[in-house]
Amino acid sequence: MHVRALILRAPGINRDRDAALACELAGATPERVHINQLAGGAVRLADYGMVLIPGGFSYGDHLGAGRLLAIDLVHRLGEALHRFVEDGRPVIGICNGFQVLVKAGLLPGCLAEPDCTPAVTLTDNASEQFECRWVTLEANPGTRCSFARDLTRPIEVPVAHGEGRIALRDEATLALLEAQGLIALRYTTTMGDQAISYPANPNGSVGHIAGLCNAQGNVLGLMPHPENAILPQQHPRWTREAARDEGDGLQLFRNAVRYAAAL
Amino acid sequence: MAQFLVTVVPREPTAYHEQLHLLYLLAGEALDAASVARLTEELLHDPVVQTATWCALDRVALATEPVLAAAHIIEVAYRPGVTDNEGESVRIGAHRLGIEEVERARALRRYLLPPGGDPAQRASELAIDLVQTTLIYQPGGAFDERLGFYETLLAAPTEHALHVMAVPLLAADDETLLRISREGVLALDLAEMRAIRDYFAHLGRDPSDGELETLAQTWSEHCSHKTFKAEVRYQQDLRGEIAAPPPGASTLYPMWHELAGAPVTITSLIRHYLMTATDTVLADRAAHTNAPWVLSAFVDNAGILAFTDEHEVSFKVETHNHPSALEPFGGANTGVGGVIRDVLGVSAEPIANTDVLCFGMPDTPPERLQPGVLHPQRVATGVVAGVRDYGNKLGIPTVNGAVLFDPGYTANPLVYAGTVGLAPRGYHPRQVAPGDAVVVLGGRTGRDGIHGATFSSIELTHDTATTVGSAVQIGDPITEKNMLDVLLQARDRRLYSAITDCGAGGLSSAVGEMGAECGATVELSRVPLKYAGLQPWEVWLSEAQERMVLAVPHANLDEFLALCAAEDVEATVIGQFTNDKHLRVTHSGLNVVDLTMDFLHDGRPQRILEARWSGEGKTAPLPATAPSDQSAGDLLMALLAHPNIASKEAIVRTYDHEVRGATVIKPLVGAQMDGPGNAAVLQPVPTTTRGLALGCGINPRYGYIDPYWMALAVVDEALRNVVAVGGDPAQTAILDNFCWGDPRQPDRMAGLVRATAGCYDAAVAFGTPFISGKDSLNNEYRDAEGNRVAIPPTLLVSALAFVPDVRHCVTMDLKHPGNALYLVGTTQAELGGSHLGLVDAHAYPGSTQVPRVDLETARTTFKAMHAAIKGGLVAACHDLSEGGLGVAAAEMVIAGQLGLDLTLDPILLPEGVVVTLYSESPSRFLIEVPVEEREAFEDTLRGVPLVRLGRVTVEPHLRIEAEGASVLDLPVEALRTAWKR
Repeated sequence: MHVRALILRAPGINRDRDAALACELAGATPERVHINQLAGGAVRLADYGMVLIPGGFSYGDHLGAGRLLAIDLVHRLGEALHRFVEDGRPVIGICNGFQVLVKAGLLPGCLAEPDCTPAVTLTDNASEQFECRWVTLEANPGTRCSFARDLTRPIEVPVAHGEGRIALRDEATLALLEAQGLIALRYTTTMGDQAISYPANPNGSVGHIAGLCNAQGNVLGLMPHPENAILPQQHPRWTREAARDEGDGLQLFRNAVRYAAAL
Repeated sequence: MAQFLVTVVPREPTAYHEQLHLLYLLAGEALDAASVARLTEELLHDPVVQTATWCALDRVALATEPVLAAAHIIEVAYRPGVTDNEGESVRIGAHRLGIEEVERARALRRYLLPPGGDPAQRASELAIDLVQTTLIYQPGGAFDERLGFYETLLAAPTEHALHVMAVPLLAADDETLLRISREGVLALDLAEMRAIRDYFAHLGRDPSDGELETLAQTWSEHCSHKTFKAEVRYQQDLRGEIAAPPPGASTLYPMWHELAGAPVTITSLIRHYLMTATDTVLADRAAHTNAPWVLSAFVDNAGILAFTDEHEVSFKVETHNHPSALEPFGGANTGVGGVIRDVLGVSAEPIANTDVLCFGMPDTPPERLQPGVLHPQRVATGVVAGVRDYGNKLGIPTVNGAVLFDPGYTANPLVYAGTVGLAPRGYHPRQVAPGDAVVVLGGRTGRDGIHGATFSSIELTHDTATTVGSAVQIGDPITEKNMLDVLLQARDRRLYSAITDCGAGGLSSAVGEMGAECGATVELSRVPLKYAGLQPWEVWLSEAQERMVLAVPHANLDEFLALCAAEDVEATVIGQFTNDKHLRVTHSGLNVVDLTMDFLHDGRPQRILEARWSGEGKTAPLPATAPSDQSAGDLLMALLAHPNIASKEAIVRTYDHEVRGATVIKPLVGAQMDGPGNAAVLQPVPTTTRGLALGCGINPRYGYIDPYWMALAVVDEALRNVVAVGGDPAQTAILDNFCWGDPRQPDRMAGLVRATAGCYDAAVAFGTPFISGKDSLNNEYRDAEGNRVAIPPTLLVSALAFVPDVRHCVTMDLKHPGNALYLVGTTQAELGGSHLGLVDAHAYPGSTQVPRVDLETARTTFKAMHAAIKGGLVAACHDLSEGGLGVAAAEMVIAGQLGLDLTLDPILLPEGVVVTLYSESPSRFLIEVPVEEREAFEDTLRGVPLVRLGRVTVEPHLRIEAEGASVLDLPVEALRTAWKR
């Protein structure tokens, strides 16, 4: 089935075109839709096969990255978005989109019913500054998110954020995330065998977590930007390495589009 | 009115001694405790990492708070009337949660200070007094002071009755005219004030405050460029020598020769040199091609080039110097916001930013600072944060720039901000028609930024901050982003007939310019305000940020307003364009302005300025001692560690240079992605491999000696940058940005003439037209005793080059052991203004010789280099600039994580190895060539000065020898450590 991908626009979202190009190259038909069109009913979420919440600084990231757009999501799209997720359709939040999904309570979701109070957040980088650099990601083999799990090898992608550090309420939370397969992606090194520290883990995230998913495996959030690693010349060392056909990040979109198409 | 205080505290103390709390003040007639509790829970804190408490705001509540563990507490808030984005977001967030009762909200930061240290001193570091207010107290007390502080922040602005005042000009004598200009920060001189008086004498009335302000703004240096349009009388009164062009090439240096024939009268620098250079280049080009290229030069808000058949690109570079001196974050932030709006003003999507920053020395002793001057380190931190904040939030990659340090910038830092735009061709309308609505779009108008245009035309003094504090503004990037999003849609639907940014001079400038040919009426009561209490002239002149003015035909008005409303962008009709060639502004029945457009735009008397050149460059006195005993290797390590040359990675990483996915050659390159790239390359349209290279040239140290040769050197440097990555020198356009001292001082003015003359000679010889430019003059500081300090003469040249195919681009990092390393260009003993002089004050031969561009050789070199890169013959290429051959070789080694084995023998100067290694002769490149391409490379470079210096080695060492003896031998890690300091 052909996949229509809704790329959410909102005040301060700015990687919507980048995400749309990635979805298009992955075989979907992207449509950039302003949140007011969804909230006002002019556009229906149910008509789309997948949703992507791109990066940016929604509402200036005032009061914490993603906080205000998360309120929008819950209070203006709550019901429709809830149903979309229940249906098992893919929702991907990248960078600010990830922060939005976490602050809206959609990621990682309730970890220990009936206690559903927030246990995971994204907060200031350990370096206390914005970091724009390339990192290497590997899928957690035990993740519930198949489009992350199906990555065939570690991928190189950029990060560009100031509030990307995964922080947890307590140590038990890390065990729950691991046990429930909610850790989707981790920072690693190019070689894969060195000790991981800054800047390979660019923000100081607990457990080197770069991405999380929900229990159903259809909602994925990640801080890095696979949508800026889809073309060969986007790679930072393309002038000194063997020619590539495409950027590493495209795989992730292709996996998600395939997943959506199969529903 | 019910008032509440919310306190947010981190769960884990920060690593620092000083703890930070966030406070929110909330007020509303009907606001109740339950709503505040909900806001605290759902909006104002992150329960995973923070705890939050709230209380009603009264003395009892403050007195019963737990006593905090701190020696002192400092609370910081924006002053009433200054944009408080966080506070405003609280109000918006509350409304989104359905809590409409929040009428006012303010955000504060609370710092808990450990014992020791001076709290007043710390407060002056934490807050910029101009825009922020602080309260210092000890825990467990000061309840009344705190309550008063909070209540002042929450108080509604006082409203005053609207009035328009007549300014008594008709009866004024010369002295009074000058006093009115000075006290009103009008920056008008006597001839201008007289012209205004005479105009109103004809009308038989005094001008209103609004009229005088409108004229001062329109005639300001910032808006009318009166120095660049002045009649200049240039004389030479030589006490030193002037460096002459190479013999036999006089046709390539016509303007040097013209000035050598002083006295010379130039009627307009911009016309005589810059525009004429562009006309000449384009006429030469038209002789052999019909393809359109320069679509707009010096006319629009930005220069425009035809990029592909479907797309055009635009480029503008602006400065925001005075505001950044007073409030570094806000000044730089709004500087970036402003240049982005210049590109929106040519109906283009901003696709890349550039930033070039000049600061005082980071190690300046604080006690040496003049009163009112911020420490360079603090200026630098604030400016970098301001650039980062705006660019990152708008999703525009910051891809190219420079940071330099010189004691001359201590009181007057420079902030250059550039933006590149991309647009479909033929979508930028410029046709205002009488009857079109005047629409103001975007942010609301407040008292911020009044007098920015005139403020930039005076020198800074110790008390500037207190007299024109309102000229400083705080940006609101998200409002600009929302505006950008709807503007591009409006452009694609062709809904407006003209557009301009609302920058310096506010509505006065924007409407005055758009309506110059036809006329306009404006009713100021319709302008949406941030808060009440503005007088009519303040509404008209306010430079509140994030606003654009459009002319919208009535037939499109409903569609345009609906488009804006759909994305929550405020758009308001405030008047209409007319056909009576008058500017008429009213406010609720009051006449604010009634001027003819002719007088407003053409009534300013032309300035006459004296320029006198002594040929006596300002260079450091040189001890005529024996040569230094420092080795070439020691000098290289010192050069690499100099702040001008050292790695800028700490800054570059905080700028998002990846967003939009078009940055195919990044600012940092190489094996470990830390090498200093020559220029950034964008692939702006993913469906074509055609690219854009962005480079810049700046070197004020040459300007101290002779601004003419500085101009040639910086054009050469900007072109070297773009050519080194694969940009086509035959398709390169350039921008000029002059930052200078007071043009009324004949020595400063003479330097400006010489620099502008150099721009002509360089642009015409290279065939690179100027498409846009800007000047920022009066960058001087006058201390309490009246002593004046001017900045170094500073010219930034920015280059925008087309790259035929980005897949052929090269970077500067060494690639493969065994490859050959060549030097292109001629090395001479040219150490005047060099960086060697900054790390070793000994008088080397050539220490006063400013580098001179041989235009004939340079243009041949750039052309041949481009052919070699395009032909795939080059593995790496780096241009030689500050620190010459030695520094360039070290940077290639660091970036490639490989070694070099080089000999200086083919270029060894009689002046010795140090001079050979660190001379800054222009138009040179180091090039790595694969062994199998050597022959083809040498063929391609035939006719250009070319020598092979050695080869790339696998062992990561930089080894240089001369005449059989080792000159230096340093491991890469040592070089990298010095360079990253």
